[in-house]
Amino acid sequence: MPLLALLLSGLKEEIRMKKESKTANKNAGDINTVPFKTRARPYLIVTPALFITIGILIPFAMAIYFSLTSYSFRLPTYSFIGLKNWITIVKSSEFWHAVWVTLKYAFFTTVVEMALGLGIAILLNNNNNRFTKILKVVLVFPLMIAPVIATIVWQLMLNNSVGIVEKLLNVVGVYNFPWAASPSTALLTAVMIDVWVNTAFVILLALAGLQSLPKSPFESAKIDGGSALFTFRNLTLPMLKPSLYIALLFRLMAALQEYAIIFALTKGGPGNTLMNLSLTAYQTGFQFQKFGAALPYILVLWLFINIVAKQIVKRQRAAQKQALGKD
Amino acid sequence: MNKSKGRLSAILQNGLLVIYAIFALFPLVWMVILTFKADSQMFTTTFIFTPTLDNYNEVLFKSDYVKYFIDSIIVAGGAVIVSILAGVPAAYALARYDFKKKEDIAFQILSFKFAPEILVVLPLFMIYQKLGIYDTYFGLIWVYQLISMPLLIWVVRGYFEDISVEIEHAAQVDGYSWWQIFFKMLLPLIKPGLVAAALLAFIFAWNSFTFPLMLSGTSVQPITVAATKYLASDSVHYGQMAVAATVSALPAVIFALCIQKHLVRGLSFGAVKG
Repeated sequence: MPLLALLLSGLKEEIRMKKESKTANKNAGDINTVPFKTRARPYLIVTPALFITIGILIPFAMAIYFSLTSYSFRLPTYSFIGLKNWITIVKSSEFWHAVWVTLKYAFFTTVVEMALGLGIAILLNNNNNRFTKILKVVLVFPLMIAPVIATIVWQLMLNNSVGIVEKLLNVVGVYNFPWAASPSTALLTAVMIDVWVNTAFVILLALAGLQSLPKSPFESAKIDGGSALFTFRNLTLPMLKPSLYIALLFRLMAALQEYAIIFALTKGGPGNTLMNLSLTAYQTGFQFQKFGAALPYILVLWLFINIVAKQIVKRQRAAQKQALGKD
Repeated sequence: MNKSKGRLSAILQNGLLVIYAIFALFPLVWMVILTFKADSQMFTTTFIFTPTLDNYNEVLFKSDYVKYFIDSIIVAGGAVIVSILAGVPAAYALARYDFKKKEDIAFQILSFKFAPEILVVLPLFMIYQKLGIYDTYFGLIWVYQLISMPLLIWVVRGYFEDISVEIEHAAQVDGYSWWQIFFKMLLPLIKPGLVAAALLAFIFAWNSFTFPLMLSGTSVQPITVAATKYLASDSVHYGQMAVAATVSALPAVIFALCIQKHLVRGLSFGAVKG
């Protein structure tokens, strides 16, 4: 499958090389003398899992084909129209707006979550007391709640008549702050909810990375009198990078395709303020029932995700090598 | 001097953590507070009010919410069971055997995690309509495999890899069959990891929104989709909205508490062995 090939080609190469060196040792007839039944066993064991998931994969191929047709749920027939959907979309301002919203949303949520998550993880790692012990356990609660439910929770917080945030803002003289209702603050509201849900993910991964760091380099840095900032930049960060890249990979890929929070918050509104690629595709495909025209949006999104994933995986591997080399 | 400076910094650091803790946890506290508030007191009171169970009564006994809750259990639970039955043997094979295309298959399974859900859903909507599995338990359990299967296989594979091959060889020498080794030795050894992965897969399936929104209608409706009804802007029953959110968040939070130690490993698909 192309997604796979693009996504993790680098990793695969490394493993293939390892495997080749392994099989080279074994090649002395081992594989050929093993009876067929034994050789086939691993494939047989994997088959059910593959079958269940690959059945679901047919849609990928269909998506590409139907993006070249005029298919609609309303009409009984459809015709092959070549690249017409694609050309219409690239020329429309809706598409570029959706691309812009997708990138803005992904950028802001990921930057805030990574920075805040790393910061909190360092604070948690530095301070070992009863409060931080409890906090490490309970801070995952928002992460375990469905994004839709998280949006409900925040509506109860931000609502201008029953929300506590409004009451707090009244104290400082701000009344009826619009939150999701105004085009100028809708993105801020959505990003805030996303940060509330997902920062814990970065904290957990960063904290696990911090706790697995070797102690000796830090002790010698202390003896040499290195400042805290120097230690952080030259020791902590390089060794933490592999875990941080994993966190970045998961967060960025999810942020690029975020759907649930925006849908539950404003359905893409007010107006089209929050219409990202996922929401535009949903609207075109289901509400306007232009199925063929909806697919290019998602295929573009898919391309974004592939490019981003490939870049991050590459950097993660480099960081891992460097971190191991320095030990 | 140095000591007092260190103390000041500790106070500052813990202060920042307290602020984060309030940001992360207060919304949940607020949600639970609102569940006990009557509609008549919603606008006039903050923390001090006469608690009531009316909201729970309305949502749990006078609406279909319990039915949606059960739908969620069936669909998410079913998805996890299917994933365990097909996924655990696959995880074992991917951990132990050396066979052609092994890593390709493993990465293929992982890549489902990174596919945009909506790309799968649009064509699937068409297929499901034709096959007649739109809006059925079977249809949702099947599509949920994209959520639960990659997680289960990758995490459980890691736990199998942690077990030394020598243990298996020793048991083989002692005359145990492959099945006996698998069920009597390996399975008990990976049980904590397996349970954690299964619970996490359940949470993810429970929280899924895009799939059920588009692939189910009125007869099967998981709780995440049902809860959005309370979001309608003209709704004035904030207490009921809070109950709906609390009830659907509860199972996930409880399960998360049970699997704390395995959480990092599960969430990163085994990439970070916290």
